[in-house]
Amino acid sequence: MSDGGQVRKGGGSEQEPEEHVEETPESDAKDVLDDVDELLDEIDDVLEENAEEFVRGYVQKGGQ
Amino acid sequence: MATPKYVGVETEFGIAITGPSDVNPVVASSLVVGAYRGRGRRDVRWDHSDEHPLRDARGYEHPDPHEPFPDDDLGLANTVLTNGARFYVDHAHPEYATPECSNARDLVIWDKAGERILEDAAAQAVTTLPPGSRVLIHKNNTDGKGAAYGTHENYLVPRSVPFGRLTRQLLPFFVSRLVYVGAGRTGNEFDEVDVPYQLSQRADFFEVEVGLETTLKRPLMNTRDEPHADPELYRRLHVINGDANLCEVATFLKVGTMLLLLDVIEDEALPELPGLADPVRAFHRVSHDLTCAQPLRMDDGSRMTALEIQWHYLDACQRYVKEGNVDDVGTTAVLDRWEAVLTTAERDPRALDGQVDWATKLALLESFRDRHDLDWGHDRLKMVDLQYHDVRQDKGLYQRLAARGRVERLITDAEVDAAMTTPPEDTRAWFRGECIRRFRDQVVAAGWDALIFDVGRDALQRVPMMEPGRGTRAMTAELLDSVDSAAELLDRLTS
Repeated sequence: MSDGGQVRKGGGSEQEPEEHVEETPESDAKDVLDDVDELLDEIDDVLEENAEEFVRGYVQKGGQ
Repeated sequence: MATPKYVGVETEFGIAITGPSDVNPVVASSLVVGAYRGRGRRDVRWDHSDEHPLRDARGYEHPDPHEPFPDDDLGLANTVLTNGARFYVDHAHPEYATPECSNARDLVIWDKAGERILEDAAAQAVTTLPPGSRVLIHKNNTDGKGAAYGTHENYLVPRSVPFGRLTRQLLPFFVSRLVYVGAGRTGNEFDEVDVPYQLSQRADFFEVEVGLETTLKRPLMNTRDEPHADPELYRRLHVINGDANLCEVATFLKVGTMLLLLDVIEDEALPELPGLADPVRAFHRVSHDLTCAQPLRMDDGSRMTALEIQWHYLDACQRYVKEGNVDDVGTTAVLDRWEAVLTTAERDPRALDGQVDWATKLALLESFRDRHDLDWGHDRLKMVDLQYHDVRQDKGLYQRLAARGRVERLITDAEVDAAMTTPPEDTRAWFRGECIRRFRDQVVAAGWDALIFDVGRDALQRVPMMEPGRGTRAMTAELLDSVDSAAELLDRLTS
């Protein structure tokens, strides 16, 4: 659904500072990134279609 | 030693209908509530005879009512569940009021059960609408377009505690607790361009310090005096400034801190703190400050941050517990969590991701924003904000985060499942729920403090339950087990 996201993912991980990789094992850091990406993939999947229209139409009556 | 405290939380859920149906939100809410039958059985009506929403804690009946009394004449669904909860329509929203709970962890369980009940009810309601219709339920407090709806906490407090003391000692607490109570929202109500996201769903809708109203000129300290218990002994503190929380840790802290603090205030063990110079403005400012570090002006000329104010309350509560005034594991868990959350917030409030809603949702929004390169005002970000609160387990974004283990759980799914149909055992909710389960056809109406039976005699019989700590399983199970009918139960109760 979102090609843009894949591009950003690559860019983000390349910019990881060197010293950060030293204190966190590379595999762990990669797992975390994969996990976030997986989560965002899922959100792209479950997010309301026609989000713009839905959000504009979401009007509630005031309550307490 | 303070009196035992009890708590219940009422939530008005957002409701949206899409597709070919042309039903208004009042009818839709009624459909949702009505769809959730006790497995095809008759509803137990709500008993309104004890309701006085216009009575003021400051000692008078309000002369100019803004709030209509609840009205069964409209035929709106209004029922009581076997778990002791009330499920009804209020102000065009389906509302779930938890049964009375004796501690914060139980409240989290029965509050979560409410999410599952709404999810079930909406799924059933949609089958009565034309194909292609959808009924979406959100556990949120604003549509982001100027409407707000409530999540109210209710605490039983002895009437001997002066209302003025409660107000004075609680206002700074209410303002500063947004750090963990806020459920987060995109945008604001003041067209401020530099507030694209804030801690609280509801803060912007508060306009006055103290008052009776709940739907307009909302007050930080609400004065509704309707104890639903012996009015000589108790008042019900009606706290309307909180948000609806999805995160279990947030609900646990929201309620746990209040239960303990009310003991401390009752026992006059809270060291005086300067008041906020302008509590309403401070409430907005704290909500708009994602750093939680902005100093607030106090009425003695000093300045304190929201976190410093919270530490003041935490210190007092820790001292109170250390002195042996409270001795239970639940309270220790509240103190430990409270301290941990403030410590984390001092370092980096955003690190509360996974524990409190505003930070969890913010982290999600930031990742999503980054991936799709979106501006803060983009409708797709508003969609993520909204869908975070969707109660459906397969679509709600909080629910998806929880399923992935990205938010911390305090309770189990099995406990939530059980709480959808069974009441807490250590409050009067147990007697209410059990009577409805055992004698549904004879209980014609139920309220917080009474059950009304029709056992075929000349008059209906009302069983008062004026003491929230009575009617527990320990006190009434033996009696209920020993009778074969509601008539026999009434005879035993009146003999």
